[in-house]
This record gives sequence, structure tokens and C-alpha cells, in this order.
Amino acid sequence: MSASVKVRRQFPTSKVMWSVIGWLVVFVFFFPVLWMWLESFKTEPQAASSPPTIFFAPTLEEFQQVLSGDFPPYFINSAIASIGSTLLVLVLGLPAAYALAIRPVKRTRDVLFFFISTRFLPFAASLVPLYLLARDLQLLDNIFALALIYTTINLPLGVWLLRSFLLEIPPELFEAARVDGAGFFTEIRRIVVPLVAPGIAATSLICLIFSWNEFFYAVNFTSSVAGTAPIFLVGFISGRGLFYAKLAAAATLASLPVLIGGWIAQKQLIRGLTMGAVK
Amino acid sequence: MSSIAGSGGVRVQTAASVARRAAWLRRLPLLPAFIYVILVTQIPFLLTIYYSFFSWNLLKPGSFKFTGLDNYARLLTDESIRIAVLNTVVLTVAVIGISVVLGLAVATLLNSEVFGKGLMRTLMIAPFLIMPTAGALIWKDTLLNPLFGLLPYLLTPFGLGRVDWVNQYPMVAVVAVEVWRWTPFMMLIILAGLQSQNPEVLEAARVDGANSFQAFRRITLPLVRPFLELGALLGSLFVVQTFDSIYMLTFGGPGEDTTNIPFLLYLVAFQGFSIGQASAIGVVAVILTTIIATVALRTLFSIFNVEARR
Repeated sequence: MSASVKVRRQFPTSKVMWSVIGWLVVFVFFFPVLWMWLESFKTEPQAASSPPTIFFAPTLEEFQQVLSGDFPPYFINSAIASIGSTLLVLVLGLPAAYALAIRPVKRTRDVLFFFISTRFLPFAASLVPLYLLARDLQLLDNIFALALIYTTINLPLGVWLLRSFLLEIPPELFEAARVDGAGFFTEIRRIVVPLVAPGIAATSLICLIFSWNEFFYAVNFTSSVAGTAPIFLVGFISGRGLFYAKLAAAATLASLPVLIGGWIAQKQLIRGLTMGAVK
Repeated sequence: MSSIAGSGGVRVQTAASVARRAAWLRRLPLLPAFIYVILVTQIPFLLTIYYSFFSWNLLKPGSFKFTGLDNYARLLTDESIRIAVLNTVVLTVAVIGISVVLGLAVATLLNSEVFGKGLMRTLMIAPFLIMPTAGALIWKDTLLNPLFGLLPYLLTPFGLGRVDWVNQYPMVAVVAVEVWRWTPFMMLIILAGLQSQNPEVLEAARVDGANSFQAFRRITLPLVRPFLELGALLGSLFVVQTFDSIYMLTFGGPGEDTTNIPFLLYLVAFQGFSIGQASAIGVVAVILTTIIATVALRTLFSIFNVEARR
């Protein structure tokens, strides 16, 4: 009774006011994305006009140009590097997380600390030797070598996240499986995988986001053959003149997978970004 | 009797070996990941330290020469590294400081009674998800460009119509783009903290006569403090490594105005091909990052311990 009275009293003033302020702030932050989308549906003269064109007849011309041009191979490279490294993170990370959560090894804390410290080791630490190694093994501009590097970036995060999900499984379930005589791999396959499927999905999402958007290693270790989507965008810095609509179309396409994935899995996003600390 | 004692001795022995075997069985699943990480991070880092004592330019064959601490001595005297360290600190402090404050403000808005919370949050996290290289280019070419950009056009009435932000105020431009990207990150973490708050406590404070501001300062803020710290520390570990937006917006320039440590490393290693010098920069970067990371990880662990106690 009193609650409904309160809502009615607050409704016209504070809720409307705060909503307006909130939406203004959100609009400011979202605007560059919106503007990118608008630009991508313009023609080149409309995109590079002064004053800026606000009202126009949308065209898919630039998207067609980008997709029929040299963009698709870069996009496919991004997919190979991201998906390949994510799979490898799961293959290496799931057993490791298991050993740190279900039947914990001694000094678990130290091991965890070690893993996560490598995530925040600056790339300056290992860049030069890795570059020289890749050069000597003829692995520069090789998309699978890039996938291996992305595995390094994501593995520590993957181990932490997967562990935080494994810790939520009631230990009795494992006891029950062991009493039934299930071996290690049966235990993994029958109990762990189905129960941590949401955790695996969240971990994969974070790994995919980080490797899809990665630029530093991509720009230094690849060029024309194994270049990923961000490398395609580098071409727009200066060399191609005023191709703003084409740039916007390419930027939209390059950002789309992560944007959609992140929007769908917003809950998992926070947990992944904080390595499981915030649920 | 003797047979029983004998079997007892055997049992002790097997128990020890079984325990050892069990310990290794526990470790076994950990090993592949462990070995992989050591191979691709620890051994290269040792090599980086090793190379840092040599003068070695990839473009000059046969230039591999032991020079002791020369590379480090040059770092101390060289103006570039001092500028790069300063730029890294300015960029990180500015980006984290502003985005934490903005993130707290937006999170508070999204946690209050407003229309369309879910959609607001969805749109709000977009800047963090957009590919950083794409975001930086969109800012540079379509928003900040002095001729065709939207922002100079909108600022014309204020006399700022022909300001070339990227070239005249390069650090401001880089900070702006990075704040745009990291505010949603802070907002997400802080919002999770606000949502863990028990609304009855706030209600009780209000009954006791506290106004909104007092309630926010005395009750909400202490509660979200760990989340603020977590966001700031995790964020700074990422922002210290900022490379994409600098490459796209300013390429470290004009001059060295926006060259931070990662970008200097890139210039020395991949534009100058000075392997020894780049390695010395790498070692210094590791030391600086370790200091921040230690603090960050301690915070992370304390949050984890709180979780475990609950």
C-alpha cells in the first residue's frame, strides 16, 4: 500500500528527470557507434561533406564494396586466430582449472598467482624473442602462429575463469561419480563439461573478444597473408584518401561479432573481465 | 606374527608411493597449461634480459656484441624513455581517474529508478566492445577531423570550429577516446557492486533522516569501494599497455607527445630494429608493471577471500 503511494509520488518528478539525464549520458557514449553506422550507409560524398549530412537515403553500396573487395580474407584470418586460440585455451585450461579447483594441487594459490601474473606481463617482456623465433622458423605472417600467441594471452584468464566456475560445482557430485567407478576422463566428460557449459561459454566469449580485437601482435607479426581485421583497418589511416563511408562500413563489419557476442552475454562479460571476482 | 609385521612395513612403503603417485596424478592435468605458459612467457623473458646486455641491430648483420649495461645507461640518459614513462603515467592516471568517476556516475544512474535500464546498459557497453582500432579511426576521421568531422562542426558556435584536436591536443584526443572506451568497463563493475547492496539498509538510513547525498557517501560509497579499486587496478593494467588508439590516432606524435612505453618499444624494435635497446625497454616495462600488478593481484585476492568466507 505505502509502496504504491511512494511510486506514484516519485513518478512524475525524480524518475522522469533522472531518466532524461541518464538517456542523455548514454546517448553521448553511444553516439560514436551510431555515427559509425550512419556513415556506413552513406555515399562517399555524403560522408565527407561539410556540414555533416544528417538526412540521407541509406545505401548498401559501401558494404558491398568492402565485402566484394579484399576485406573477407582478413575477416577469415581473424576468425581462425580467435576460434583456434579459444579452442586451445579450453583444451589446456580446463584440465588445469580442474587441478586447481576439484582436486587441488598443493600451493594452488601460488600457481594461480603465477598464471595471472603472466597475463599482465607486458608484451614488452617476451616480444623480441618471440619475434626472432617466429622469423627464424618462417612463422611470421602465419595465422596459426598468431593463434598460438593469442593462446598465451588468454590462457591465464581462461584458467582463472574456468576455476571460478568449477568451484561452484558441489563436490558431492564428484564423490558420487568416483564411487560409481568413473575414471578421470569420464568424470570430465560426464560431469564437468555439462555443469560448466555456461562457464565454458563465458570463458570462450572473453577469449574471443580479446583475440578478435587484438592489434599489437597482429600488426607486428602479420602483414598481407595472415593480416586480421584490425590490420585491414590500418590501410585507412592515410593511404586510401577520404574513404570515410568505406571505413565506417569496414569498421562496422569488423566490430560486429564482438558487439553481438558481448550484447548477448552481458552477465558473463562482467565475470570474465574481472576474472571471476565479480559475479 | 612376523608375517603381519612384514606386511605392515610393505603397507607403509606403498602408502608413501601411492601418496606420491596421487600427488602427481593431481598435478598431471595442470602440466600442459603450465609448461605452455613457461615456454611462451618465461623463457622468452629470460632471453629478453639476455639480449638487453647486447648491442644488436637486425639491419646490421654481425652487429651482435656484448655491451654490458650500455642499453640501460642509454635509457637513463635518453630523453625518449623519460618522455615515454611520463606519457604512460599521464595517460593511465587521466584515463583511469576520469573513467572511474564517470563510470560511478553512470552506474549510479542505471541503478536508480529510470526508464529502460536494460537498453541503457546495453547501449552503454558498446564502446567497450567496438574494436579499438575501429573506434579510434571513427573518432579521428569522422568525429574529430577539422574539415569533415562532426565535433568541430558542432563546436563552431563556441569558436572551436577549426580546432585540429588530434594534432593540436594529441594527448587530450587519446585520453578522450580511451575514456570513452573504459568508462563502460568501470560502469559494469561498479554497477555489479551497487546491485549487491541491500536496499533495506538505504531505506533504514532514509528513515533515520539521512538525505540521498549522505546515504550515498556514508553507505553506498564504502560498499562499492572494493569494486572501484578492482576496476581501477584491472583497468590500469590494460591502459598501461595502450597501443591501438595511439597507433591509429597520433602514431605517437606529433614529435613524441603521445609516445608511451609500448609505443616506444614498437618504434625501437620494429622501426629501428634495435633488438638490444628494445629488450632493455622491455625489462624496465616489466619492472614497472610488476609494481602495479602486485597491488592489483593483492586486491583481487582479498576480494576472492571475502567471497570464500561468505
